[in-house]
Amino acid sequence: MAQLAPSSAGPTGGIPLPIIQPAWVRLAHWLNVLAVLILVASGWRIYNASPIFDFKFPKELTLGGWLGGALLWHFAAMWLLGVNGLLYLTGNLASGRLVRRFWPLRPRDVLADFVAALRGKLGHDDLSHYNAVQKLAYLGAIALLVLVVLSGLAVWKSVQFPLLRELMGGFDNARVVHFFAMSGIVAFVVVHVVMVALVPKTFLLMIRGR
Amino acid sequence: MKTPSRAGLVPAAPALSRGDQQELLKDARALLAPPARRLFLRRGLTVGGLAMLTGCSITNSDEAEHALMKISRFNDQVQGWLFNPNALAPTYPASMITRPFPFNAYYGEDEVRTIDGNGFFLQVSGLVAQRDIWSLEQLGALPQEEQITRHICVEGWSAIGRWGGVRFATFLQRIGADTSARYVGFKCADDYFTSIDMPTALHPQTLLALTYDGATLPPKYGFPMKLRMPTKLGYKNPKHIVEIFVTNDYPGGYWEDQGYNWFGGS
Repeated sequence: MAQLAPSSAGPTGGIPLPIIQPAWVRLAHWLNVLAVLILVASGWRIYNASPIFDFKFPKELTLGGWLGGALLWHFAAMWLLGVNGLLYLTGNLASGRLVRRFWPLRPRDVLADFVAALRGKLGHDDLSHYNAVQKLAYLGAIALLVLVVLSGLAVWKSVQFPLLRELMGGFDNARVVHFFAMSGIVAFVVVHVVMVALVPKTFLLMIRGR
Repeated sequence: MKTPSRAGLVPAAPALSRGDQQELLKDARALLAPPARRLFLRRGLTVGGLAMLTGCSITNSDEAEHALMKISRFNDQVQGWLFNPNALAPTYPASMITRPFPFNAYYGEDEVRTIDGNGFFLQVSGLVAQRDIWSLEQLGALPQEEQITRHICVEGWSAIGRWGGVRFATFLQRIGADTSARYVGFKCADDYFTSIDMPTALHPQTLLALTYDGATLPPKYGFPMKLRMPTKLGYKNPKHIVEIFVTNDYPGGYWEDQGYNWFGGS
């Protein structure tokens, strides 16, 4: 469970604050931030080379300069996202953190917490527990990341992974799935960053663990 | 918020000391070294979005570029390892052929090379037993087959087309190619060049295409011949082939030298 930090004394006066987010979770979080940033920005440049829909992303928000550069970034950062994500999921399952932090998740609680959040009545005093909306959002983000990796594999290796390709509805449709998984992740990031701005101590939590 | 422009790689300072000027010139020369590299840099690996979002910029873009190219070569190895020589690309009914099939090259359609088929000979060189030349009639006399497969462009779009010709593995066998060699390279009449891995060259769907949609390959699709591989992206499928060579020395390619992934396949 939560470890006690040896030296730092918190506002509780003398009693050190427990570590809520262990170092490996924080490291995985920030590596994931870096990977998603690179993948989204380079992915937008790749999208612009042959847009699926009737719009392009502003060039200033993209990474890579040209299609070849963007692809280089994309296929480098995919390793960071993939390896980091696997380690994160393995660590969560092996340590029991996944069950501890995310179970149980009841629709009724999600609704109640969502309504409370809209009324500004959702407490954030105890950061060692996720509220139901948080649980759903974080699990949703993980699911979207898994989907973006699988659809990306189907686009990249459509011949080598026929089952994946068919699950995604063929090559062309895998691109669409990849696009919407990205969109979901970007939407999550926007909401996530706004929520962190509203409760700034959660930002410190993800840096120093407490 | 101002994002770094490509020109910003070499800062344009109004007044420079002589020493600074020398340094700048040295940098500029280093940047301009081989032509392919220059093109690569000119196109830029600038980090616009990332710099804007993170507030930091990768100052030494040359180093970043070098690292990214190394990862790309590592990805070549991984893809070679992932490649299953028996996995087949999907085939489609004739009703699904994309009409008109899109033209694509590193130049516009008005600059398509027209090659005279009379007196044309394909050159074969490198690690092969018979360094012969092949006329189109000789190639046409080899066993022919057809495929209706999806052409996937590196840009993301795809189109279904119908190609016919000689199975490339058969051709390699006829010329006595050393199939333990690593690469097969292609030189084209439009100055394009590329190369592929031997396992892909031997893949059952890799075709030395002489026809498109039942008719002689038209100039815009690569007359006199194109290598058609449904397991590779478009830029790996050379058109207007005039020479085929087998080698163990990495031959690179027109786009690959500028940064496109060499394996470039699915």
